[in-house]
Amino acid sequence: MNKRLMRGSHVIGEAATLAGCRFYAGYPITPQNELPEYVAGRFAKLKDATFIQAESELAAINILMGASMTGARVMTSSSSPGISLKQEGISYIAGMELPTVIANIMRGGPGLGNIAPSQQDYFQATRGGGHGGYRTIVLAPYSGQELVTLTIKAFDLADMYRIPVILLGDGLMGQMMEPVVFPEPIDPATLPNKEWALSGAKGREGRLIASLLLDPIQMEQHNWKLARKYETICENETDSESYLLDDADIAVVAFGTAARIAKGAIDRVRQTGVKAGLFRPISLWPFPGQELKALTKRIRHVLVFEMNLGQMLEDVKLNVDQGTTVHFHARPGGIISTPQEIADVLIRLSYRRDLQQS
Amino acid sequence: MAKGFIRIDRNRCKGCGFCIIACPKQCIRLSEELNIKGYHPAEYTEAESRNDRDCTGCTLCAIMCPDVAIEVFRE
Amino acid sequence: MAKQVFARPESLKDNIFHYCPGCGHSIIHRLVAEIIDEFGIRDKTVGVPPAGCAVLAYNYLNVDMGEAPHGRAVAVATGLKRARPDFIVFTYQGDGDLAAIGTSEAIHAANRGENITVIFVNNGVYGMTGGQMAPTTLLGQTTTTTPGGREQVRDGYPLDLSQMLGIAAGSVYIERTSVTSPKNVQKTKKALKKAFQVQIDQLGFSLVEILSPCPTNWKVSEIEACKRIDELVAKSYPLKVIKDLTQEKAQG
Repeated sequence: MNKRLMRGSHVIGEAATLAGCRFYAGYPITPQNELPEYVAGRFAKLKDATFIQAESELAAINILMGASMTGARVMTSSSSPGISLKQEGISYIAGMELPTVIANIMRGGPGLGNIAPSQQDYFQATRGGGHGGYRTIVLAPYSGQELVTLTIKAFDLADMYRIPVILLGDGLMGQMMEPVVFPEPIDPATLPNKEWALSGAKGREGRLIASLLLDPIQMEQHNWKLARKYETICENETDSESYLLDDADIAVVAFGTAARIAKGAIDRVRQTGVKAGLFRPISLWPFPGQELKALTKRIRHVLVFEMNLGQMLEDVKLNVDQGTTVHFHARPGGIISTPQEIADVLIRLSYRRDLQQS
Repeated sequence: MAKGFIRIDRNRCKGCGFCIIACPKQCIRLSEELNIKGYHPAEYTEAESRNDRDCTGCTLCAIMCPDVAIEVFRE
Repeated sequence: MAKQVFARPESLKDNIFHYCPGCGHSIIHRLVAEIIDEFGIRDKTVGVPPAGCAVLAYNYLNVDMGEAPHGRAVAVATGLKRARPDFIVFTYQGDGDLAAIGTSEAIHAANRGENITVIFVNNGVYGMTGGQMAPTTLLGQTTTTTPGGREQVRDGYPLDLSQMLGIAAGSVYIERTSVTSPKNVQKTKKALKKAFQVQIDQLGFSLVEILSPCPTNWKVSEIEACKRIDELVAKSYPLKVIKDLTQEKAQG
């Protein structure tokens, strides 16, 4: 097995290339600058690969829109403020049903914020951050190896469902170096042909890819078509990890870097007899609500830990079994908790009467 | 000089008058009647079959017509 | 036996134009269709329409088309052309789309020398939304957002984007024409043809700015609108070749 020690941002760029992506448009913003830098170097060595440093994140998403119309696998990346700039484009892409992969390496906010890691864009990612009420698939890796598998999965899901897919990372993951294993590369020429793409009107009428539907009757039908697609995705594409939940009294619910920290905390408190486990959503949209509901029929205390003021918290509250107590620990603004900090929270929770061993 | 004639699609024409100005032989005028959209469409003043037509089939009217309402023929 | 010497171009669909009487858009659409036919490139031409009156350009031009958000057509065209360099890619934009919201994308695509063709229809107002001020509205011109006439202090000067794009290093051919008379229409066609040729020859960025009448929002008759362009608009936006490096590029 060929293990490579690589920075997270670079891993995403390499995985995208291996997935057959040959078109990247982006813009510098900390903490993901290393991603466009890596892709610039990587693509320069390939023929027929296009790297564009666009004049803005706004330009980048629109350049991607055009490239995606030709059926190519395309990607952009940015961090929180830059992702805000892309929202208009993402709405159009969702309406036009174009496959696109967008990596958001989150930083502290709101506004210019800071360059430290956060999870403050959960709402933006999972609630279709632009106008119009669409959805994007959101995948939340928590390790270098997941940056490999989920980046490749993002392209597959984007093509399969003709939908924008957001790869939601954060500054810590972007900078972190871990050993990773890459799969065999996919040759883009072997990817299935996209019948809907703009290919030149040879022997046929001109084809249109647009999101304008002036007739409200047609627009309603289009929205229902999207709704049916989203329902199918919800049925088939939820993903989560369960860690030490079989005998747990309390389940930490966390994603991404927060989940990494939580695992360390759980391992520590287990040594003192506290029976904690981790439920880690990997798909944030579709949220693994059914799995969480089933889990909380048995585990009646849940601790949500997020690096924001409580966003996934709302999805957790919507989905837990009735009567489950939801506790919450928030660290917004770019603070990285230590495993001990979360362990202390779990220990204090365990003092509650209903969590004491009888 | 060759002779020509034109055919104007009455219901496509919006009566903008560009063709009337463009025609060097003044062979086009606005109709007194309305077309289906409520415009006074342009109409060719000569009969196609007559030999004393002024129209030369120069196509200046069709070049100006925003609505591609004019077909031009030349002998 | 008479033969037909003027007919609808093949690449122009049969639909009746929704444009107002005397609107320049329909003339220009026809010219684009004629050029696509004459070059024989219908099966590899892709157009990017604007947000504006011509948003429905795909109802008339029978080529593949990809919609863009307002102002972003040049960026979308960049993506199309870079992903498929074999396509002939053009954008079709109004003065708001290109010279207000789309200025950044226009300048940078021209600067990068993107091998695309921009058709810039300048009618000095925002037509579709009801006649508001545009970047190319003249000083003193009445619009719905400049009811007393455009004032330099409050509203700024009219913008000459074509001139700015001429400065961008990657632009190769930029010309301004109008469609106010058969002679001007033919000149516009020649300019558009040259612009498409620049792309076919892979020389770089080309743009044709076309002064176009908007009788409805200027609140004048169709014929007066053409006169207004000839006598007034063309003084601020002179009809001329703004940049032409085709000879040098062809040799180099």
